[in-house]
Amino acid sequence: MAEYTLFTVPFLSGLLVASLLSAVGVLLRLRNEWLAALGFAHLAGASALVGLAIHLPAVLGATLGAVLGAAIKTLGRFRGNTVYALMILAGWSITLLVAANTRLGSVMGHAMVEGQLYFADYSHFTAAVMLAIATLAGLYWLMPILVRNRFFPGHDAANRLPAWRWHLAFDLLAALAMAVATATVGLMAAFALVFIPPWLAFRSARNWKQVLVISVSFGTAGYMVAFFLALWLDQPFGPVLVALLLVVAGVLQRLKPEQPMLS
Amino acid sequence: MRSQPLLVANGLVAGYAEPVIGPLSFSVGPGEVVGLWGANGSGKSTLLRAIANRARVFEGDLEQRPELTLAWQMQQPVRLDEMPLNGHDYLRFAQADREAPSPRMVPWLDQRIDILSGGQFQLLAVWAILGGWADLVLLDEPTNNLDPQGQTILAEILKSEQGTRAVLLVSHEQSFLQQACDRVINIEGSVIR
Repeated sequence: MAEYTLFTVPFLSGLLVASLLSAVGVLLRLRNEWLAALGFAHLAGASALVGLAIHLPAVLGATLGAVLGAAIKTLGRFRGNTVYALMILAGWSITLLVAANTRLGSVMGHAMVEGQLYFADYSHFTAAVMLAIATLAGLYWLMPILVRNRFFPGHDAANRLPAWRWHLAFDLLAALAMAVATATVGLMAAFALVFIPPWLAFRSARNWKQVLVISVSFGTAGYMVAFFLALWLDQPFGPVLVALLLVVAGVLQRLKPEQPMLS
Repeated sequence: MRSQPLLVANGLVAGYAEPVIGPLSFSVGPGEVVGLWGANGSGKSTLLRAIANRARVFEGDLEQRPELTLAWQMQQPVRLDEMPLNGHDYLRFAQADREAPSPRMVPWLDQRIDILSGGQFQLLAVWAILGGWADLVLLDEPTNNLDPQGQTILAEILKSEQGTRAVLLVSHEQSFLQQACDRVINIEGSVIR
């Protein structure tokens, strides 16, 4: 009984994060910005460790780094993927240097890379609940605007609408989601949840509603199976989740019939 | 207010780093379908981009009626490799709910838009702009990818808009413009070489 109680907070924190990331990932994929998620995750991981070195909670440190990355991305008006590659490299370098030179950093660095979800505590759960509120409100407001902007990019300029505000708002939401997820489920697990379910959904769905349903269902179900599988097999959570999502998505892709082009 | 022009260009010279087109003077009134004709490379798209705040005005005036709302169909509608939306989704996100689309398009609306043919997608993209609520619609080469039947459907749609909707469309196909528009302006003489 004590063991179940011990794992309740990590399980619920991860469950919230998995379902939210699978939804945010849909818009990241539509905007062709999925690499941004990996950049935010690396910055979040690095800043979480730097934060721990100065006694800040990991979730807060991660959030500060990711939000800084989002601000650089939007306000710097970078073109292409260069800025994300720089984020990944900077985050990776800082993470390993902090981990190599501090004792706590070493332990947490391993936890973050391996995705040791079972370290999650009430601070992670609180952050996940706040993220859920921000994501639901943010996506309800932003999704119609961002989808329209993707397919009809001239509309905002023609009507002198302040499109930069919506892009910045979504960048901040994506950064926040990746920060909380990286601190909770680990770096690569967070990236897998934001990338693989939307990838599968984009190829399988027949309409936009199905994209959201398939992505969130697949991400959430994959997370739950991986959580108990990792516990049962006594394996690190992150690699189990990533392997499971890859295998299941690969099998489902093979089973999917090719869609004919209309003429 | 109703008879006041929506858009007035007076001696307009537009371009990017350098002027491309002008000086050019014309106006578009409420309910008018106006065509701009010119050969390829004559600066027609630049003119629409200037109206849509995407190109620079070097000289002259470009006045819009206060609170004017615009819809702009670019020469190449955005078509991604993966577009997991069906036609209903596409029109909903475009807010094209002013009236039902042409019966020809109805069978396509349940399909994912990334499996539509080039002509089907083009007609749907034009309707996504025309079917909205903007006061003035800018169409840039809307006949791209359309077969003769598609062009006829588009011309009929535009004719039905005459008197109710203001449309400014550019095309290099003079016969289509004559078929679809209230009046056609030749901009060949305004090209800056």
